Amino acid sequence: MEVGTYDAIVVGGGIVGCACAYYLSEVFESVLLIEPGPIGGGSTAAGMGHVVVMDDSPAQFALTHDSQKLWKGLFSQMSDACEVRETGTLWVAADEEEFSHVEGKRRFYEQHGVHAEVLDSQQVAEAEPNLRPGLPGGLRIPGDCVIYPVTAAGWLLEQAKRRGTVVRQGKPAVKVTGGSVMLSDGSRYTSAVVVNAAGGHASELTPGLQIEPRKGHLVITDRYPWFVHHQLVELGYLKSAHEMSSESVAFNVQPRATGQVLIGSSRQFVGWDGAIDHRIVAKMIARAAVYMPKIAELSAIRIWTGFRATTPNKLPIIGSMPEDPRMMIAAGHEGLGITTSLATGKLIADLASGITPRIDPSPFAPGAAYHHD
Amino acid sequence: MTELIHILINGHAVTVKPGTSIAAAVLNAGTTAFRKSVSHVPRGPVCGMGVCFECRVKIDGIEHQRSCMVLCSEGMVIETDV
Amino acid sequence: MSDLTPKQIWIVGAGPAGIAAAEAALESGATVGVIDENPAPGGQIYRALLGVMKPEIQSRVDALHAKGVLFLNQTTVIDAPAVGELTVKGPNGPERLRYESLILATGARELFLPFPGWTLPNVMGVGGLQALVKSGLDVSGKRIVVSGTGPLLLAVGAYLKQKGAKVVRIAEQAPAQRIREFTQRLVGYPYKLGQGIPLMLSIGATVRTSAWVERANGSHVLESVKINSHQEPIRCDYLACAYGFEPNVELATLLGCELHRGFVEVDETLRTSVPYVWCAGEPTGIGGIDLSEIEGKIAGYCATGNEKAAQRLMPTRARWMRFAAMLEVTYALRDELKTLPNPETILCRCEDVSIEQATEWNGSRAAKLHSRCGMGPCQGRICGAAGRFLYGWEHGTVRAPLVPVPLSDLTERDPELTNHTN
Ligand SMILES: Cc1cc2nc3c(=O)[nH]c(=O)nc-3n(C[C@H](O)[C@H](O)[C@H](O)COP(=O)(O)OP(=O)(O)OC[C@H]3O[C@@H](n4cnc5c(N)ncnc54)[C@H](O)[C@@H]3O)c2cc1C
Ligand SMILES: Cc1cc2nc3c(=O)[nH]c(=O)nc-3n(C[C@H](O)[C@H](O)[C@H](O)COP(=O)(O)OP(=O)(O)OC[C@H]3O[C@@H](n4cnc5c(N)ncnc54)[C@H](O)[C@@H]3O)c2cc1C
Ligand code: FES
Repeated sequence: MEVGTYDAIVVGGGIVGCACAYYLSEVFESVLLIEPGPIGGGSTAAGMGHVVVMDDSPAQFALTHDSQKLWKGLFSQMSDACEVRETGTLWVAADEEEFSHVEGKRRFYEQHGVHAEVLDSQQVAEAEPNLRPGLPGGLRIPGDCVIYPVTAAGWLLEQAKRRGTVVRQGKPAVKVTGGSVMLSDGSRYTSAVVVNAAGGHASELTPGLQIEPRKGHLVITDRYPWFVHHQLVELGYLKSAHEMSSESVAFNVQPRATGQVLIGSSRQFVGWDGAIDHRIVAKMIARAAVYMPKIAELSAIRIWTGFRATTPNKLPIIGSMPEDPRMMIAAGHEGLGITTSLATGKLIADLASGITPRIDPSPFAPGAAYHHD
Repeated sequence: MTELIHILINGHAVTVKPGTSIAAAVLNAGTTAFRKSVSHVPRGPVCGMGVCFECRVKIDGIEHQRSCMVLCSEGMVIETDV
Repeated sequence: MSDLTPKQIWIVGAGPAGIAAAEAALESGATVGVIDENPAPGGQIYRALLGVMKPEIQSRVDALHAKGVLFLNQTTVIDAPAVGELTVKGPNGPERLRYESLILATGARELFLPFPGWTLPNVMGVGGLQALVKSGLDVSGKRIVVSGTGPLLLAVGAYLKQKGAKVVRIAEQAPAQRIREFTQRLVGYPYKLGQGIPLMLSIGATVRTSAWVERANGSHVLESVKINSHQEPIRCDYLACAYGFEPNVELATLLGCELHRGFVEVDETLRTSVPYVWCAGEPTGIGGIDLSEIEGKIAGYCATGNEKAAQRLMPTRARWMRFAAMLEVTYALRDELKTLPNPETILCRCEDVSIEQATEWNGSRAAKLHSRCGMGPCQGRICGAAGRFLYGWEHGTVRAPLVPVPLSDLTERDPELTNHTN
């Protein structure tokens, strides 16, 4: 059943798919986005929405930094529902050992154009009175911010729709190739460019992609305005995120625009089992309470889980499949897809329309993941 | 069982019978705005049985407590509209 | 960890179904514990007045106590962390209980439907206002409008009058004709008729049928209500308004019990789709106190392997189920109620999401994610139920904790399991 032809088709209406539609609709006449559920209802509905520049690897730094700049260019246009808050990040040192690395980190950020400030023990206490007294200090990145991912995805798609993007909701794609997409109801759409942006499910549509779900838990509280001011992350977070160990928790606490406190985070490889693991939740909260003892008194209203789409080289897969350039991938964003969605969409649109990309696309090319490590 | 209970509601001393819920005590004291909603309008109890969360007040310094589910006890300090 | 006496059977809910279940389970020789969120047993209908239960209920509870039934009052089930286990939160903090059989007798809450002004202070539920009066609210001399649907309107109207309130109007949405037919068929249930007559004598004159509140007026607090059948707004201090009941199926859902049309699916023995879990009373279907009592008994017997004793009660259950079906037909909600709210009327009271904002999205999950409808502390218990009536919304996902708890309650690492099997 042939239903339509488009210049580009995006499969998946998470924040990455919506960002792809946003930029593709700038360069193409007609774009179609396919999403079986609510827009942003996948990992995007589970993510913390911390828009953060990360220095884990040069490629990751480049992508997060570029993407954050793109976000900042849009903030003034975005709706209130996107809950944008320019909180900054405060990386908190637990001990002198961790604190001794802070200056080096600051220098790296500054050298690469990201403002960073070292805070001593007293400055940290002043910046976040609810942190445990006596912490040695931390690193503040004032430019980092927080958004609400679902409505941000919705807003991006809304702009794309204004430029003519068509959204087909309700049915999943079952067969995706460079030239066409078939949905579960048998309808078939053809296109010069197809982007697989199905997040953790991308590998089900494009065999050979190595993407594994990595489960995370989050807890949200009732409203306690100004209990916390910055997105707070322990300096040990990178280690916890980077290690492929089977299970880890880290102190990661975020002020929501609503006044709620969002508490993360955990990482586990357990397949697609979304059940709440009480042991992990307990560990996560205990970890948060080590840094912020008073957090234990706040009222928790909901716990949920989500899945990060993890790749072997810890970088998202962005670009054309080597064997079929019309088949593009935009998936595998692990714990940074909210941040990197815009740079991903831009990269996809640039590559698809033959524009030289703003950042080096090679580390993200499909296939790169297999050759890495 | 007949001894009266003394509590403070928004700084005012109030005496209630044993078995009185905080929600009832607050209403009897003439206060109808238990909390300010997200868009800053006053709200009071609806379900009377712990489901709706409209009756939340601060009890002994702890915010977001359902006043319909807690009985008054001696010396309690209750703040509404926080 | 406090030291709880070991129990074989846990019953959640100490209303009519829960108390009856405890009695039956005890009769079959089980050790029984009853968990309830309220300060005293009784549930909604047997709710104690200022801590004092009706003598006939008190004596039943006393007898259960005397035979060793443990009542965990002011204790809420917050989670079912593993098969055969519950996490409860009581005055002494969270603890874990193990059950061999579990009876869910979690009752119902009222269904609230939005109309302009429904968020004003002093607009309450019908059972809601009664519960507050039972816990000490003084309504003497207050002008009260009671509205919504069902026999509860009369019962509460008469109760409020007895407490000194001036019940100025009872607005029943059901048409007079259906209520007349219902009353005629009550002849088959003489004891119900016997309950109804004094109520009608007390308060009948204030009743209007095919009547409902169109809006509540007031700036910071309720001042008056506009009823469809009246030209002028009626001045009042309280509006008690509820459109029947909504079963409490959250715990059942968390346990994985199958639902059918929003109710917990049970077989003849009131067994749910989940092994070792039974369900009695309103969560299986709204039927009132008599059906709840009978179902409690049946579940109590069946959960303890005494199906023979339960067998005798099945015809009575069937009879009260027919009564429930009559109620359902009589008090079916009319479509006009769907047209009451304006686009700007609040649907989600926790997050102040308007009808307009919530219905921009397709279904309750999309509405939740995009408009915050149902994201607040009640977790969609109020707006979700309204959305199911107004828009045919699906049930949302239930997650632990079933009610908000301090984070410290979630950090308890591997709290010792209370062993109740001896
Ligand atoms: C606990 C947690 C915390 C996080 N915190 C952050 C953070 O603070 N900052 C940050 O930047 N990132 C964070 N992330 C990561 C971020 O949420 C994800 O990287 C991001 O949401 C990925 O977006 P996506 O669009 O690729 O995937 P998804 O949002 O999962 O979207 C994929 C979409 O594809 C659809 N789909 C699936 N199969 C098909 C099919 N067959 N046909 C059509 N469509 C299909 C799905 O329905 C879904 O909507 C976090 C993640 C988790 C789990
Ligand atoms: C920044 C942020 C703030 C938030 N704030 C709040 C808040 O204040 N209050 C609040 O309540 N929530 C909040 N949330 C959480 C959000 O509403 C959801 O709870 C979250 O998306 C996770 O959903 P869930 O897993 O709890 O269940 P749901 O949102 O109900 O999602 C479960 C989905 O998975 C599907 N599903 C279930 N099982 C399977 C299966 N086996 N296979 C495939 N699909 C399945 C279901 O059909 C459903 O669509 C927030 C989220 C974010 C990102
Ligand atoms: S009145 Fe509804 S929770 Fe207290």
